[in-house]
Amino acid sequence: MYNGGKVLIGILVFLVLISSPLWYNMAMDGSDYQIELEKAVRGDDCVRDSAWMKANHMDLLNEWRDQVVRNDERFEIGSDGVQYERSLSFTCLSCHENKDKFCDRCHDYLGVEPYCWECHIVPKEVQP
Amino acid sequence: MSVERRKFLKMAGLTALGLAGGAPAKVLGQDNAFADTAAEAVVKPIERSGALTAKRWAMVIDVRKCQEAGECTKCFDACHLTHNVPDFDNPKDEVKWIWKESFEHALGDQDHEYLNDAVKHAHMPVLCNHCDDPACVKVCPTGATFKREEDGLVMIDWHRCIGCRYCMAACPYGSRSFNWRDPRPFIEDIQPDFPTRSRGVVEKCTFCDERLARGQLPACVEACEAGALVFGDLEDPESEVRKLLAERFSMRRKPGSGTQPEVYYLL
Repeated sequence: MYNGGKVLIGILVFLVLISSPLWYNMAMDGSDYQIELEKAVRGDDCVRDSAWMKANHMDLLNEWRDQVVRNDERFEIGSDGVQYERSLSFTCLSCHENKDKFCDRCHDYLGVEPYCWECHIVPKEVQP
Repeated sequence: MSVERRKFLKMAGLTALGLAGGAPAKVLGQDNAFADTAAEAVVKPIERSGALTAKRWAMVIDVRKCQEAGECTKCFDACHLTHNVPDFDNPKDEVKWIWKESFEHALGDQDHEYLNDAVKHAHMPVLCNHCDDPACVKVCPTGATFKREEDGLVMIDWHRCIGCRYCMAACPYGSRSFNWRDPRPFIEDIQPDFPTRSRGVVEKCTFCDERLARGQLPACVEACEAGALVFGDLEDPESEVRKLLAERFSMRRKPGSGTQPEVYYLL
């Protein structure tokens, strides 16, 4: 190999640079970052249990959307035995009162931009 | 060379087997986890409690009573307020669910030279006709607009609308409006219990499906103090709409289009 030493050094520098975010996070303890979400008004009771909701709320909302819009089925009994209206603006937001400190905080951290709010209304934002 | 190839094929086969054996286990594991929580959830939809239901919703508009009320705009105002319909103050961008038309524009194809003057010069509210055989539904490429089989309402799923506007071209009544701009800044008094629309979707009257589900009559019918708008079940021979249609002479808009509109005008 011509210039073997220089090439190897080059590869090494490249590897260090490309993995630098990992080193940086290890050094700064970045992996321990916790998002602080505001507690729901009713505590841990929800339409499903919290762990499930954390992972699957988007699927549940899509399911609700189809059931309400396409089938006109607007109510359901949640896993806690309480009857809920399938409504983002009212059911979800009446308990998770603060969208900024609940929905947005996590979505911002994860870099996802759901477009729910282009049409659906945050009642608090329009009511004085 | 041939030995290497044989070796390679053996390795590839074993690898594929390994992957195929491992993958379903993983998928099944996830499925089971999902099934557990689902079983725990016991979710059953509640049947429409307290909702107004019908086999075939229809509206009857008494043009005479509406005329007597003069320049009244209560039904338009109530509808547009309830559904967050924007006011762009510009006919090119206009979004409307229910509005006023002259006899010529509403029922003009049923005109003749010696038609009664009162009828000829009448104005009447027009809205989506919730046709029995809706042209808009046939042309929609995404299934966003659909006819509810249980009660005949023609609905739009704004989540699925891609804004192609085929439905607007197909509708013989001009009942559909397109959001050329973001409507939200143009809604004066936003009602939190109904969504706004986003730029690039088509909208129209829904016969207030959300109010029917809560046991309320459509907003325009409720707002009409003259009693000119009557809403009811066409399949029920005892309903007020059926009685009015039996008593009085009625017309529908553009019968020649073959869409079977379900808004009737009493003249």
